[in-house]
Amino acid sequence: MGETPHRSADAGTGGTRVTQSHEWPAGASARVAEAPVSTRTPGGSGLGGGGALPRARKFGAERAFRGLSMAAGAAVLVIIAAIAIFLIAKAVPALRADTENFWTYEGWSPNETEPKFGIGTLAFGTVLSSALALLIAVPVALGIALYLSHYAPRRVGTALGFLIDLLAAVPSVVFGLWGRDVFINPVRDFSVWLNTYFGWLPIFGGDGPFGRSILLGALVLAIMVLPIITSLSREVFLQTPTANEEAALALGATRWEMIRTAVLPYGRPGIIAAVMLGLGRALGETIALAMTLGITFGISFNLIQNGGNTIAANIANAFGEANETGRGALIASGLVLFAITLIVNITARAIIYRRREFTESAA
Amino acid sequence: MTTTVTTHRPRPAAQPDSLRAKRLPRYAAPAIALAALLVAAAVVYGTGIGGAVLVVVVGALLYLVGLFAAANAVEGRRSARNRTWSALIHSAFVLAVLPLASVVWTLLSNGVDRLDGNFFLTSMNNIGARDPEGGAYHAIVGTLEQVGIATLITVPLGVLCAIYVVEYGRGRFAFAIRFFVDVMTGIPSIVAGLFVLAFWVLIVSPWFNDGRPSFSGFAAALALSVLMLPTVVRSTEEMLRLVPAPLREGAYALGVPKWKTILRVVLPTALPGIVTGVMLAIARAAGETAPVLLVAGGGAAINFNAFENNQSSLALFVYQQAGDASRYAPARAWTAALTLVALVLVLTIAAKLLARRNRLGR
Amino acid sequence: MAKRIEASNVTAYYGAFKAIENINLTVEPKTVTALIGPSGCGKSTFLRSINRMHEVLPGARVEGSLTIDDQDIYDRDVDVTAVRRMIGMVFQRPNPFPTMSIYENVVAGLRLNGVRKKSILDEAAEKALRSANLWDEVKDRLGKPGAGLSGGQQQRLCIARTIAVEPQVVLMDEPCSALDPISTLAIEDLIFQLKDKFTIIIVTHNMQQAARVSDRTAFFSIDKTGEPGRLIEYDSTQKIFSNPSQKKTEDYITGRFG
Repeated sequence: MGETPHRSADAGTGGTRVTQSHEWPAGASARVAEAPVSTRTPGGSGLGGGGALPRARKFGAERAFRGLSMAAGAAVLVIIAAIAIFLIAKAVPALRADTENFWTYEGWSPNETEPKFGIGTLAFGTVLSSALALLIAVPVALGIALYLSHYAPRRVGTALGFLIDLLAAVPSVVFGLWGRDVFINPVRDFSVWLNTYFGWLPIFGGDGPFGRSILLGALVLAIMVLPIITSLSREVFLQTPTANEEAALALGATRWEMIRTAVLPYGRPGIIAAVMLGLGRALGETIALAMTLGITFGISFNLIQNGGNTIAANIANAFGEANETGRGALIASGLVLFAITLIVNITARAIIYRRREFTESAA
Repeated sequence: MTTTVTTHRPRPAAQPDSLRAKRLPRYAAPAIALAALLVAAAVVYGTGIGGAVLVVVVGALLYLVGLFAAANAVEGRRSARNRTWSALIHSAFVLAVLPLASVVWTLLSNGVDRLDGNFFLTSMNNIGARDPEGGAYHAIVGTLEQVGIATLITVPLGVLCAIYVVEYGRGRFAFAIRFFVDVMTGIPSIVAGLFVLAFWVLIVSPWFNDGRPSFSGFAAALALSVLMLPTVVRSTEEMLRLVPAPLREGAYALGVPKWKTILRVVLPTALPGIVTGVMLAIARAAGETAPVLLVAGGGAAINFNAFENNQSSLALFVYQQAGDASRYAPARAWTAALTLVALVLVLTIAAKLLARRNRLGR
Repeated sequence: MAKRIEASNVTAYYGAFKAIENINLTVEPKTVTALIGPSGCGKSTFLRSINRMHEVLPGARVEGSLTIDDQDIYDRDVDVTAVRRMIGMVFQRPNPFPTMSIYENVVAGLRLNGVRKKSILDEAAEKALRSANLWDEVKDRLGKPGAGLSGGQQQRLCIARTIAVEPQVVLMDEPCSALDPISTLAIEDLIFQLKDKFTIIIVTHNMQQAARVSDRTAFFSIDKTGEPGRLIEYDSTQKIFSNPSQKKTEDYITGRFG
């Protein structure tokens, strides 16, 4: 940090007046030890604006650093606000140009001279594919997490947990490629089978072609969020106090009863949060779905026919041909996605924060 | 067998008379599994409604039902539940391993086809649909530059932000920052891409580019920064909190001012953990496709200048080749995917090993 | 409803480490037996092997024979959960289930055993809380979280939870070590009352406590760290504290221990 030796030696001599240095407002420690710092030119003393203090000059470095870090913190808030502001700024002209109802129109032709586009089908597809993906992934993920935390031998659990963490890091484009080139084959066979025997159910009906469907997209999505939910809930399960697990066992509980009595109730807020975070991921997933969904515009609960679309996948697919209004329209759809994920994430975080308070008060 | 129990017989508190319990013999579980598979095979092939996969699925369901029934009859309901849940939890594990193993396997087997020098040393410039050559050199350059610039932006900003939250921040403002950093973790990458598209490419960059929007690697780096920032802040924050208070107090007691204590005592102590967090953030950013697709412009030629003209990235290259009609494109896509995964996993593993070696506290 | 515990040649391991070796002792029904000795002498390990909680830890195992009224606790056909229902346990730190109310904590064991009827649960909860000297303090707030009680109350809640399933034997692993003197006294009173119904084995670091509450005392010791713990002397509490037959015991209780 560019400190010269003699200066730290000075710092040592300042140690006679240290009693105040534990006081919390950060300035206090600076006041105690101002002597060695005074050699440095005070930079940005205006940042903290501490006019009332007698020797403002000597607060230079401390104030500047504090102000700098505060500005970095504020940057986070600025970025979030900027995201909303700039998306709105670019979305509004396109929304004005939309000749159909943005919420209900089923289609996406914003590049025409009379732009027509609606978010309804995309939002529907986003929610449907994510919900389906979570429906598949959550039970499996919780099962694996329990296996790793409470069933597998400890060493196996740790090693496999590490592996799951690695899988959570695999980029989505890889899952998309795999889904499009490999996984589509068994899914197509399965779809044909479902159609043959369960075609009377509307969700499995239709005359094909099958394969690039909501089912494929949702399954790929499920496989992608699986490691994330597993890894988070495994950590939650591992945090269960041993004392509570032993208490349950000492009452004569079987392993499953111990999990039901001690592990699951304790971990419930953590599980909910993990699922919500997985949902956030699924809602915003772009490339894997752009590569596996059939990309149609229309609201349909049919899971196995080629089709399906989501807000994010549509952005990736339609971006290449978009003109100015087209980009605006995509940005508008992104704004809706941003709002949805924001709600999901804020809910998840609120749950986690409440849990944190709960466990702290219980401790 | 003992008489002492009679005194509280009316109570259904389930105090056992005997410690001995009837148990299913060891061979019961495999026997039930075998029977379930045979029945499933008979049903499936008998009615002709499916193949081997269906046999396994039906067999697994029959096994669960059979296991529960047998255990319920011999060992009682509690034990039956315990066994069935245990079987379910184990099968969840098997169920998840299959697709994930398939991903790894196809990645390796399809990826090695084009794993040659040509792939890493040439770009896609002047490569037509009929040319089997062509490589990802330009994309690798793009990934490295974009991630590098994003790291340069994110690390100082993220670390300072964490320092504020941990060391200085009090009250609502700090809480708001912490909360929104968490919320920011969940921002979809495509939204980050759209933000930079709206803000940088469409509004700011025309000022430097004769009024025309300029797609560039730098724009991609900006989008990646938005994605990396919360990861870096969170991990730094956690590491700073783990630095023991006596270390700080020791420095204060020597008369070292707070800012210097942070820079010279706290940060170095937390450094390994911070590096780990940064590496994980880099790994995540390197794999992102969507934001790069929106703001970097793609491009087939090598472009070292991240601030001007289109750039590609490895992830984007995978996506583009996957959508390319050339029959040589899939091989390029898979090899690029393998390269990308290798890059991401090396970063992740290194980060985790580093974290394990330098565990503060705990 | 109290039973005799008999240990012969009990040896317990944590992986390769031998924690206790060749413990032989008999605990009579409706008595209080105190296990004392220096830290690491294996008295807690021995206690945990009585209700097979020892084996919960990975790599832990027990050799030798432990019987409860002549039934072998470690027999291959024995249901572990039945052992633990018969031999209840109270832990060093109060560990009520943090997500459950006071009432739910007390009836947790009964619920596990399939008791669903509200009237039976209510009755059992009141009985257990009364036996644990806690009823008057909590009867108006049974629905509140158990974690909101004071440390001493939490520990009595845990005792109530243990005795609600009406075990034969109650094991206590330093139940007062995390409590203040007044709460400790309350627990000691409680132990004295509970011995009418249960066989109680208590591990304690506090020799006055052992002298106050127990009928018989077992002194465990180790030669040095890394060696397995052994039972040095087992006799009536009065004899152990007034006239021990072993030099080691005398050194320990008079405070002359290394």
